[in-house]
Amino acid sequence: MAVNYSAKEEADGHPSGGVGVPGGGAVGGGGAVKTRKPDNTAFKQQRLPAWQPILTAGTVLPAFFIIGLIFIPIGIGIFVTSNNIREYEIDYTGTEPSSPCNKCLNVSWDSTPPCTCTIDFTLEHSFESNVFMYYGLSNFYQNHRRYVKSRDDSQLNGDNSSLLNPSKECEPYRTNEDKPIAPCGAIANSMFNDTLELYRIDNDTRIPITLIKKGIAWWTDKNVKFRNPSGDTNNLTALFQGTTKPVNWPKPVYMLDSEPDNNGFINEDFIVWMRTAALPTFRKLYRLIERTNNLQPTLQAGKYSLDITYNYPVHSFDGRKRMILSTISWMGGKNPFLGIAYITVGSICFFLGVVLLIIHHKYGNRNTSADIPN
Amino acid sequence: NASSFFFNPLLRLCAGEEKRVGTRTVVVGHRPVSETDAYVAQKFCDNRIVSSKYTIWNFLPKNLFEQFRRIANFYFLIIFLVQVIVDTPTSPVTSGLPLFFVITVTAIKQGYEDWLRHRADNEVNKSNVFIVENAKQVQKESEKIKVGDIVEVKADETFPCDLIFLASSSVDGTCYVTTASLDGESNFKTHYAVRDTTVLCTDEAIDSLTATIECEQPQPDLYKFVGRIIIYRSNQEPVARSLGPENLLLKGATLKNTKKIYGVAVYTGMETKMALNYQGKSQKRSAVEKSINAFLIVYLCILLSKATVCTTLKYVWQSNPFNDEPWYNEKTKKERETFKVLRMFTDFLSFMVLFNFIIPVSMYVTVEMQKFLGSFFISWDKEMYDEEIKEGALVNTSDLNEELGQVEYVFTDKTGTLTENSMEFIECCIDGHKYKDCMPEADGFSQTDGPLKYYGKAEKCREELFLRALCLCHTVQIKEGDQVDGLIGHPEHKCCVFGWWCCGGFFVWLLNPFLFSERYQLLHVLNFDPVRRRMSVIVRTTAGKLLLFCKGADSSIFPRVQQEEIQQTKVHVDRNAMDGYRTLCVAFKELTQKEYDKIDRQLNEAKMALQDREEKMAKVFEDTEADMHLIGATAVEDRLQEQSAETIEALHAAGMKVWVLTGDKMETAKSTCYACRLFQTSTELLELTARTVGESERKEDRLHELLMEYHKKLIQDFPKNRGGLKRSWTLSQEYGLIIDGSTLSLILNPSQDSSSSNYKNIFLQICLKCAAVLCCRMAPLQKAQIVRMVKNTKGSPITLSVGDGANDVSMILEAHVGIGIKGKEGRQASRNSDYAVPKFKHLRKLLLAHGHLYYVRIAHLVQYFFYKNLCFILPQFLYQFFCGFSQQPLYDAAYLTMYNICFTSLPILAYSLLEQHISIDTLTSDPQLYMKVSDNAMLQWKPFLYWTFLGAFEGLVFFFGVYFLFQNSSLEDNGKVFGNWTFGTIVFTVLVFTVTLKLALDTRFWTWMNHFVIWGSLAFYVFFSFFWGGVIWPFLKQQRMYFVFAHMLTSVSTWLAIILLIFISLFPEILLISVVLVRNLSHRKARDPLSARPSVRPLLLRTFSDESNVF
Repeated sequence: MAVNYSAKEEADGHPSGGVGVPGGGAVGGGGAVKTRKPDNTAFKQQRLPAWQPILTAGTVLPAFFIIGLIFIPIGIGIFVTSNNIREYEIDYTGTEPSSPCNKCLNVSWDSTPPCTCTIDFTLEHSFESNVFMYYGLSNFYQNHRRYVKSRDDSQLNGDNSSLLNPSKECEPYRTNEDKPIAPCGAIANSMFNDTLELYRIDNDTRIPITLIKKGIAWWTDKNVKFRNPSGDTNNLTALFQGTTKPVNWPKPVYMLDSEPDNNGFINEDFIVWMRTAALPTFRKLYRLIERTNNLQPTLQAGKYSLDITYNYPVHSFDGRKRMILSTISWMGGKNPFLGIAYITVGSICFFLGVVLLIIHHKYGNRNTSADIPN
Repeated sequence: NASSFFFNPLLRLCAGEEKRVGTRTVVVGHRPVSETDAYVAQKFCDNRIVSSKYTIWNFLPKNLFEQFRRIANFYFLIIFLVQVIVDTPTSPVTSGLPLFFVITVTAIKQGYEDWLRHRADNEVNKSNVFIVENAKQVQKESEKIKVGDIVEVKADETFPCDLIFLASSSVDGTCYVTTASLDGESNFKTHYAVRDTTVLCTDEAIDSLTATIECEQPQPDLYKFVGRIIIYRSNQEPVARSLGPENLLLKGATLKNTKKIYGVAVYTGMETKMALNYQGKSQKRSAVEKSINAFLIVYLCILLSKATVCTTLKYVWQSNPFNDEPWYNEKTKKERETFKVLRMFTDFLSFMVLFNFIIPVSMYVTVEMQKFLGSFFISWDKEMYDEEIKEGALVNTSDLNEELGQVEYVFTDKTGTLTENSMEFIECCIDGHKYKDCMPEADGFSQTDGPLKYYGKAEKCREELFLRALCLCHTVQIKEGDQVDGLIGHPEHKCCVFGWWCCGGFFVWLLNPFLFSERYQLLHVLNFDPVRRRMSVIVRTTAGKLLLFCKGADSSIFPRVQQEEIQQTKVHVDRNAMDGYRTLCVAFKELTQKEYDKIDRQLNEAKMALQDREEKMAKVFEDTEADMHLIGATAVEDRLQEQSAETIEALHAAGMKVWVLTGDKMETAKSTCYACRLFQTSTELLELTARTVGESERKEDRLHELLMEYHKKLIQDFPKNRGGLKRSWTLSQEYGLIIDGSTLSLILNPSQDSSSSNYKNIFLQICLKCAAVLCCRMAPLQKAQIVRMVKNTKGSPITLSVGDGANDVSMILEAHVGIGIKGKEGRQASRNSDYAVPKFKHLRKLLLAHGHLYYVRIAHLVQYFFYKNLCFILPQFLYQFFCGFSQQPLYDAAYLTMYNICFTSLPILAYSLLEQHISIDTLTSDPQLYMKVSDNAMLQWKPFLYWTFLGAFEGLVFFFGVYFLFQNSSLEDNGKVFGNWTFGTIVFTVLVFTVTLKLALDTRFWTWMNHFVIWGSLAFYVFFSFFWGGVIWPFLKQQRMYFVFAHMLTSVSTWLAIILLIFISLFPEILLISVVLVRNLSHRKARDPLSARPSVRPLLLRTFSDESNVF
């Protein structure tokens, strides 16, 4: 760590500079004899004008109160908002023998016909505003390193060369039978493929609820990051020529949806899946239920049934599958954490402010700063 | 030092180890002495000076090798290689880029320095010199000079190599030389040619010389040279003449006032004394660096244990097959085929790589930059600029800046350091009669018309003798008034207006009131040396009388004069010494011709001796200077430097112990100590000197008794509770210790008596208990011994030596910090020092202000670096528990790389350069503040644990805060979900803001630069994140950060969470500040309600000094 710089030599330069062994911190390398009087600048004299905050009890204590007074209302606001959010969750994994989906527990990818099951449930309260339908997986390590990197973003971005020659990172889901897989990689290969349908049971009639499948992915993902391969034609089948479907998929990527703007790589279900979750228990947005009628809640209280096409095996790794219905506020979904945290921190601040103030008043006098002389 | 790396191997190549002991034979002018002689040409190295380390070809490999020899660089290289070889979570770029940056910058810097060296080398090596070959002058490049060449040097040229002086343009074979560039002594020195060659002052004549020179192998001592020249004449016996330092012209010295000289090269190139002298000094390491290394080891352990824990848990977790390889995440074929042990090992390495940021490359860079840039403030300080010598402070090493804030022991020289080393004549006494100038302002005798107030009068002839002695007995060459460049270098010149009397570095202004018009012939000079402490001249008067004049310290004169003469002079000498004056005694004796002849013969014999010349000379001197007659004594005052008393008081108040180590005698030194308030009137002095110990054989017993007595007094009788207050001298204030050189050597080197072997220990204990210690009559080596003794005591206190002369160099080199005073005794001290200041008083600012600030700055810098990297990496570690221990990085590679380089580096650098938690003025005026950082207070384990705790706490807050936030189904108002990269980005954003704001909280001195870098860094982070996420990067495989940051900011929840988490992270710090504020308030109230005084008390320090009670 030695910094033996030769700058010092200039200061040392005795008249005979340049004579001796230069460098090595030994003898001056010489040079013109400068005027050695240091400059009288504020910077060099370490006298730059500076703001020197002096913290005193008088300035710190009010800060506690102010912070308390700001945080507590925010916390209450968040807490109330969060509490007003309606959320309903069904675990449809079917591990319990009583569960209707128990029969599907050990499905495999290619079971035909697909196993279906229906779960009935009752909403106690009506969901007033737009409802967001999520699927949730547990014990599913989407954030495993091998998994996270197993994708080729340039392929997904419509790069034609990557389409036919996917990145090595996609191994072992890079090629199948000598054909490049599109989309390659473990993430794409394991795309969630249960189908969930929701019915309201009104006097034993099942009224299907419209589930909107667009607008669930990030705009930038849908429009910039994910693109279908380009070519002369709009025909995706032709564009994906020469590739093969991921091993676990029942059908190729260009048959994910009937609508062209939701098909191929820009299929929103696919895009949502490709955004790897942070934690092993996660939710992903599945469908939107828009409030159509201003007079009626989006989902009235009452009986509903959930039809599940059970394709996605989770039992092998002890996973769980859930369906969540939730309304959303300005701050997102239901989460008491933020509100409680704000209230707690605010209260602690306030409380400490009070305690310190008492001590301060007991000992201090008004016009002293809180510095001790030594 | 750089050059030393290269010198040693080169020397070995040149000279060969075995040759260094013997002598070398140089054939003058390469003319073989006789054909019959089987002359084996010795091989000498050429006259090329090589101070550069590299050539163009070996620069890259050699420089890289040098750089990777440093442990830190090597560690990072290993990490980098692991990243390249093993499939690791982070790309090699993340550690490769910073390492590349560091290596490149260092290489450029070293390359540039080496280029400068090359240039300077060339300047020296290619300069033209004239060599006499075949009676003709040949112009050659300096590097072509070979040993044995006859070189001609003209006035004001420097000598191209070490030459034996053969002849000069002046008839008497002398020349004048200044060695300012070698030892800083700017006076002209006379060198003498060998008598037999002085006449050969033309090219032709010198070419006819046939001679060989035998001399010792090169050795670095500038003032030692032993050799012999053997001159062969056609039909005579060869003549041998001795050669001494006065015949040797050193490379680097400059010829003055002599038209030209001829010399024969004896040492060339890297074997010249100058080259041998600049072999760097050993590297001093600061205590802070040791702390850094200790912390590094802790962090390395943390790193290793983290990696071990993760690896272990990974395999525990994976023992469940569905965790190891679920259907959705199959392994590649290669992974499956690898052996388990190998897999575990690579996993371990991967974790190491993932967490390696906890020991950042950037810390080394930042610490180095801080030291390098920070040291400029010392040399820029105009308060340390001295108008007189037109120089400011000088920083020779930037490694020790912070050490200046840690000094516990100050060892100071007296003469020239505490005092001005400009002598003022005070009085003299001749035969016991006192002559004193009545005018206090006058320069002694120089006021010729000013009547001298004398108390009684000595005989006229004695006065004259006295003055004659003073005028003759010196080695000074006098510049005549109107002839500016001319030298009256010849002591036989008639004595004139000035007698500038110089002796071992001090001189007396004397004006001769009588004008002698006598001529004296100088026969011999018995030079001054510190062992004899006297010098003599032997002169012949016009009348043919032979006189020996001797002057020197009283202790060395008194035993050599008639005992009955001593008494009357001794009174004066003692009194003068008590007053703090330096005294010199003057003695003379008449020699008969017979005596003189004997002395002359002995002296010449001794001078001719090749072996043990010094001892033989000393022996002759000893015999010669005996049975003299005392004439009188002079007293001169060495005035205290301005403010040295105040400085010493301040150093005392700052908890430093000041020891004065001087070669001076006790009385003088003692009075100086009183004058500069090292000893107070209340100080009880303990003496361990020749006086108290005595001279007899019983002195060991006496010493033992004294030591025991003092030990009892100081240590056993003191109540133990005194130890509670560290560095508080209130109680021991009354004790001061005086020891002299002879007693010290008795203590340090006791005789065979085994019981005395623990004297050293007892002595040390006594010393440490005394507030002030005065060591007088010290040899230079003893000074270093004392420093080493204190340095090696328990707790290894930081020592500082300050001195101005060559005799202080040893202690300057020995102490942790060496300070040179740019005084009058040459440059040797400041050259060998770590810092050089013009005056002793500048020590106050250097230590109290600069040292304190540098210490606080670098300590904070170090702690902050460890802290910020702990809370950087801890979330990454915690994340492993949630991603199946798969080494998935939490942050994007760009963030991992940039965190230490861009986002958080500049604020701490600015802080560590500009922070003044207490203003400089307060620091200088209130020395007690210095004690607050004593004993490496800010880098002890307690503050380190505090910072570590803080880092760990913040890391937990970051991670779990965001973790709980992500329990939410969605954070956006449109129900869309965030992925793992958003998770990491939120953590990272909180992290960057928290560590930057933490620094902002610590900053007590907000200049515009602090504002700029702190807010600028945050702005840069935001800007960079937008930019990084705003583009689909064409060459990246993964676009994982695409719009992640922008999306994150669209969520209100995220904003609220970020603000909350930043606040929670900083909360302990804020709370601590408030608690301390309020507690201090109550303390003061309880203590003394009236003492309230608004002052800027350092918050940072408060944190450290008080937290012991908080945590």
